[in-house]
Amino acid sequence: QLDRGCALPTAARAGLSSVSSQDVPAEKPRAIFHTSESDPAKHTEQHEGRLYNIPLEEVKAVFPHGLPHRFQQQIQTFNEARVMVRKPALEILAYLKGSNFAHPAVRYVIYGERGTGKTMTLCHVVHYCSRQGWLVLHVPDAHLWVKNCKELFQSSYNKDRLDQPLQASVWLKNFKTSNERFLEEIKTQKKYIWGKRESTEEGRPLREVVEQGLARVRSASDAVGVVLRELKQQSHRGSFRLLVAVDGVNALWGRTTLSKEDKSPVSPEELTLVHNLRKMLMNDWNGGAIVTTLSQTGSLFKPSSAYTPQQLLGKEGFDALDPFVPIPVPNYSPREFESCYGYYLERKWLQHEKAHTEDGKAELQFLSGSNPRQLDRLAGPL
Amino acid sequence: TLKLICTTTAVQRKNVGASGPEKYTEAFIKKQIEEFNLGKRHLANMMGEDPETFTQEDIDRAIAYLFPSGLFDRQARPLMKHPTEVFPEQRKIQWGEDGRPFHFLFYTGKQSYYSLMHETYEKFLNVQKHQDQLIAQDLPLQKEKRNLAGSRWLTKIELEEMLLEKVSDDDYSRFIQLLQKLVALPCADIEEKYIQKFSKEVPLQLQKVVIEPLQHDERGVAFSTGEGKRKTARATAVVYDNGTGKITVNGIDMLHYFPVLQDREQLLFPFQFLDRIGKHDMVCTVSGGGRSAQAGAIRLASAKALRSFVTEKEVEFMRQAGLLTVDPRVKERKKPGQEGPRRKFTWKKR
Repeated sequence: QLDRGCALPTAARAGLSSVSSQDVPAEKPRAIFHTSESDPAKHTEQHEGRLYNIPLEEVKAVFPHGLPHRFQQQIQTFNEARVMVRKPALEILAYLKGSNFAHPAVRYVIYGERGTGKTMTLCHVVHYCSRQGWLVLHVPDAHLWVKNCKELFQSSYNKDRLDQPLQASVWLKNFKTSNERFLEEIKTQKKYIWGKRESTEEGRPLREVVEQGLARVRSASDAVGVVLRELKQQSHRGSFRLLVAVDGVNALWGRTTLSKEDKSPVSPEELTLVHNLRKMLMNDWNGGAIVTTLSQTGSLFKPSSAYTPQQLLGKEGFDALDPFVPIPVPNYSPREFESCYGYYLERKWLQHEKAHTEDGKAELQFLSGSNPRQLDRLAGPL
Repeated sequence: TLKLICTTTAVQRKNVGASGPEKYTEAFIKKQIEEFNLGKRHLANMMGEDPETFTQEDIDRAIAYLFPSGLFDRQARPLMKHPTEVFPEQRKIQWGEDGRPFHFLFYTGKQSYYSLMHETYEKFLNVQKHQDQLIAQDLPLQKEKRNLAGSRWLTKIELEEMLLEKVSDDDYSRFIQLLQKLVALPCADIEEKYIQKFSKEVPLQLQKVVIEPLQHDERGVAFSTGEGKRKTARATAVVYDNGTGKITVNGIDMLHYFPVLQDREQLLFPFQFLDRIGKHDMVCTVSGGGRSAQAGAIRLASAKALRSFVTEKEVEFMRQAGLLTVDPRVKERKKPGQEGPRRKFTWKKR
């Protein structure tokens, strides 16, 4: 366990304060890795390679379910959330800033090899959008919806499709936490009937739909569908911006491990959640953007060396997502590697004596191949 | 002409030294030689070569071609050599028809050994006499030291082969001491020829491994190649200078080809030892073996390639660190009657 109140003067790590960290000369070399800009809107190429802090309350509000597991553990250990500003994220932010919201939503696909930081890039973009006041529709991992589902019910809305109440309710809960104020403002435009006795009138806040889904777990998937449809219809009115952030989007067009009661395999279209999400990803609405990530880690039936959009999405997915803006995420550049290493050193995560030397740094760089995930795993036992 | 009875006892008493239980008479050996020559000509005919100029090497090649054998032991394979090489030398019978031995030292038991000692001592006395003569004439003694560093005395086994009789350890050491005394005398060059019969040249271990110089490719970057192997894996590595520490194996990045940390550590070792982690690029090809064997093979290949970039002292350090030695461990053979190389079958009491 790290002791927070250690000898490091807190002036070195500028969290929210805008005090420049040049006060103590001895801290100069370490402070380069951090930047005091905690607003992603102001991140430019100058900040590239540096880590910025997200206050913990914001983390809980914005990312109830988005961050990678290891990063959450790191937040717990270090008691702060530091995200590195990298080029792909800056690229997307630049596009978002300059995009015209009257046009149909542009789709961005973040792809890269395993462990290069695609999910973290997505979270960076999500943080920016939530700071800017957008409505964020964050699906943490679409793979969770196509595998390991214990309960499948036949949808009441459409006989062919299958419901997944558990996943839907979990997602609704997180959606509520992240977008509290929007749920009040947005009103439904149609009347929805959930069952014999429940129905939602026109003009009621969306929050009621969400609560309905949470209360009646059976109809949670339909609630999700309703939410998505409402948001899509209303986003181009211009009252709010909508960001659809999906991680592991290749799950929507692959195969599933689920099977019906008669042991026949289920294709993704037959799942309500997937069907609705696919409609969301079409670019027939405007007033927002769609940012997606490909992920090989959770993908089913795909070789582990596949990482390009074509390989992971398959023909169907590629055609559905075409046209899109591909954003490759590479391994750490030397500068980024140095800042990550410096951060670990500063937080006293690397305890081994040799890790503090130049040779140790070179060794870490060689062994991890500048891959963020490998570096993280390597630095763990040290 | 003594009666047969006496000759038989004499025959039984003879000792056949340094030869097998069978006896080869001279006539037998002669017949073998004739047969060998005939066979040689037939073989030459069969192979379509000229019978007159058919050497022993040609014979060996022909036999290896006509009788291919997969046996590991070279001496177990089919062989066709001159009978003098095949049949070991044997002592001819040492006495005549009347039972009287030829040699005067026959009854000592070790006739050739004692005759040899006798001869050597004679030479020794000769040299001493010569020395006294030179001193008497006040001539300077020649002091040319024989080069003892590159030569060695005959071993006991070689001496036995030369004398065709057993030599005990004591006798052998006495003989060597006498030779050394002889050589120590200043005027021993007179008997140089005699001494040379008992000494052998030792090939000096000057097999210094030649370190190849650096080659340069089109862009002007220096590079060098190395080969390595481990178990069944064979690897070739090309190490380029002025690099960033990128490594490509069979066209795939090292991080993808070796997902296991242990293999990557093996690759890292030569560079880390020489403190050149981020300075070289490497492109290697590897085949055979498993994951660990391939990593070990590439490590050896890269260490060999790095020799060209590095001073001799560091090469010596690398050698002592074991980076340049081929790992001799291979899979041990399974033996019959056992389940594996060492594991025996489960022992059941009944």
